[in-house]
Amino acid sequence: MLPELGQVLLALAFLVSLLQSVLPLAGAQRGNAAWMAVARPAAYAQLLLMSGAFALLTWAFVAQDFSVKYVADNSNTLLPVIYRYSAVWGAHEGSLLLWALVLALWSAAVALLSRTLPQVVVARVLGVLGLVAVGIIAFMVFTSNPFARLLPAPLEGRDLNPLLQDPGLIFHPPLLYVGYVGFSVPFAFAMAALLEGRIDARWLRWTRPWTNVAWAFLTLGIGLGSWWAYYELGWGGWWFWDPVENAIFMPWLVGAALIHSQAVTEKRGSFAGWTLLLAIATFSLSLLGTFLVRSGVLTSVHAFAADPSRGMFILVFLAAAVGASLLLYVRRAGHLEPGAGFQPASRETLLLLNNLLLASACAMVLLGTLYPLLADALGLGKISVGPPYFGLLFFVLMVPLVALVPFGPLVRWQRDQPSKVMALLLPWLGLAIALGVLAWFLAPQGKWKSALGVAGAAWVAGGTLYFAWKRLRNSGRLTAEMWGMTLAHLGVAVFVVGVLLEGAQSLDHEVALKAGQSVQLGQYEFVFQGVDQQQGPNYLADRGHVQVLRHGRELALLHPEKRAYASGGQVMTEAGILPGLTGDVYVAMGEPLGDGAWAVAVHIKRFVRWIWAGALLMALGGLVTAADRRFRRPPQEKPA
Amino acid sequence: MTDPHHQAPRKPQGLPAIAVAMGALFFAGLVGLMLYGVVRSGDADRDVLPSALIGKPAPDFVLPLLHYPSVEVGAAQLRGAPYVLNVWGSWCVECRVEHPVLTAFAQTKRVRVVGYNWKDEPEDALRWLERYGNPFFVVLADKEGRYALDWGVAGAPETFLVDGSGIVRWKHTGPLTEQVVQERLLPALEQVEQAR
Repeated sequence: MLPELGQVLLALAFLVSLLQSVLPLAGAQRGNAAWMAVARPAAYAQLLLMSGAFALLTWAFVAQDFSVKYVADNSNTLLPVIYRYSAVWGAHEGSLLLWALVLALWSAAVALLSRTLPQVVVARVLGVLGLVAVGIIAFMVFTSNPFARLLPAPLEGRDLNPLLQDPGLIFHPPLLYVGYVGFSVPFAFAMAALLEGRIDARWLRWTRPWTNVAWAFLTLGIGLGSWWAYYELGWGGWWFWDPVENAIFMPWLVGAALIHSQAVTEKRGSFAGWTLLLAIATFSLSLLGTFLVRSGVLTSVHAFAADPSRGMFILVFLAAAVGASLLLYVRRAGHLEPGAGFQPASRETLLLLNNLLLASACAMVLLGTLYPLLADALGLGKISVGPPYFGLLFFVLMVPLVALVPFGPLVRWQRDQPSKVMALLLPWLGLAIALGVLAWFLAPQGKWKSALGVAGAAWVAGGTLYFAWKRLRNSGRLTAEMWGMTLAHLGVAVFVVGVLLEGAQSLDHEVALKAGQSVQLGQYEFVFQGVDQQQGPNYLADRGHVQVLRHGRELALLHPEKRAYASGGQVMTEAGILPGLTGDVYVAMGEPLGDGAWAVAVHIKRFVRWIWAGALLMALGGLVTAADRRFRRPPQEKPA
Repeated sequence: MTDPHHQAPRKPQGLPAIAVAMGALFFAGLVGLMLYGVVRSGDADRDVLPSALIGKPAPDFVLPLLHYPSVEVGAAQLRGAPYVLNVWGSWCVECRVEHPVLTAFAQTKRVRVVGYNWKDEPEDALRWLERYGNPFFVVLADKEGRYALDWGVAGAPETFLVDGSGIVRWKHTGPLTEQVVQERLLPALEQVEQAR
């Protein structure tokens, strides 16, 4: 009975979302307060219904109700309890349910925290969020029902994809969804502003923390996914430019641009139209990401089943949502207040450059991701666009971005003298170059990359810390917004170190080893002590024992594993890792080569932790910024 | 949707028509492309157009071997018997997909399978072969992509069948599947073998 109740809840949620969109939007258009007042209760009801449906699906997994097809497809009796919870979002139907639940959470949060906004704005924002909910719930109800029955019920289910049976993967999808579904809030706000025909600095101030929080969660989600790929896939890589990674990276890039342009528009009134367009673009790219992941249009390691009817549904939804918002934008954006003017040497110009570079990077990723499809459509055959393309173009676009970071906070709004700012930063430039040269001489290999990484990071970190110090000295304190910016920019510096030094100085070697044999890599010696078998809850593992020594002293005993899962015979790698601040020692087992020998891959991943530490700092920066009290101050009477 | 009493003064910097038209075109193109993708996603056998090289002599080249960089091999040395040329790179995801199929085909030893390692770092390529197995007779390394243009290579993976006199007889773009091997490569190979 319970799964049927779940279906009823979904159907009710669909009706409520219709109510939440149509009545408030019409009410706002006609000035009908009673209709507009429906928005808040509808958003709360939506959250209640979605939570109920989600709880019921979770219960079906915990209680192992294999009469529910989705449960039978994605779990079995051997599945450890913790993964029965995360299996709820382990495949298509359930992850849509999570998507809808997260949207309901954001909508309810907007309803709760929007007391300071005029009713008509709240009605429109919640109305637009309701429209998004209509689309996504309809997608679920009509093409991907998570509660569909499988009768007669099988005695045993299949299994959750073993790739997903990992603690990192429990949190990866929810964080991502909180992130990119969260971009629906600035999107809904942009729609409200366009419907209203003007953009008010107070509403924009209210929107900024939402964008920052969404972006911070997206950053965490991507970082976690990257870290997971690193230790789970056994290649020692942390980013693969896989289509699905790209799909999630595009909203991140444009979201980062949005965060910056929102700040300009809020403070100076400039770029209002651009900010609205970015808000639309960010959410559109989130929808595009959902489409690319869910439709099976592109081949990817994240492959999901290709079902054209599903792809068609979500494409229609995507085209309608994005098309309608762009149409509204075209009709209204030309009439927005232009805001204060500015000179070429000003913070506005720098932020515009930041936006252009991030947007170009996104366009480049979009082109690379869709190019195989385009080539296919034009009859050029099936093509794989790989890291050589992405790596090069990304590098070219990110170098100027990194070079500009320290200028941003130090240059004044409206106009400044370039020579003055240059004079402030000159010592830091000198320091960065000196450190870069030092790195060039010290680096055992990859000299240019190492020098560039160290110099770039020192430049960003030095300039950013100098700004914070100057502020502290002059006014005694930094606002949360400034702390957030400082943290995020320091995150960029740390990330730059990680990416370039990891790329320049990592070592790896793949060898065939028998028990007792050893291999030398850099300063490390790896002694392969053999393999034994271990029984896991639902897998059988070949567990290697690899002793790691440096200068003859034992550092660690690592245990890389090959796990064969009972359900489908799928084999998964678990790397053995000795983490360290300046580098990881990483051991992964390949195939057994017969005669007791195994293919063993040993890596020294220099500074690889800095990559995720940088992402963590950026996310923290976003969250700290969002906590600025200025965003929550009760509105003054006069629009800013 | 529009309010006729809307009082905002018209600003001269209203969106330029050309920008709107370009945007609309881009959007329509994107949706069209997605639509094509969706329609094709259900189609397991995504066919491709034949190469312009078919029936023409294979382009001339001289390339070092991946495993012995000091040894260079040219088109002339491969002549005399048919060979299959497979363009791949360690950076190419779909090459990994086709690798088991290619390996199984190569193991029949019916024809030489020559690897054409394209735009790849030799260390990466060697590691890739070590990890996934090396089915190739020899592997040519075209690190800079010098001759790939002559072959009309647009991406990896691509596979060519060249007959004993050096004429390109068949080409496949994209990963080899069991179906492609059975229904297209083997019949093409049979024709080449009979012609000899």
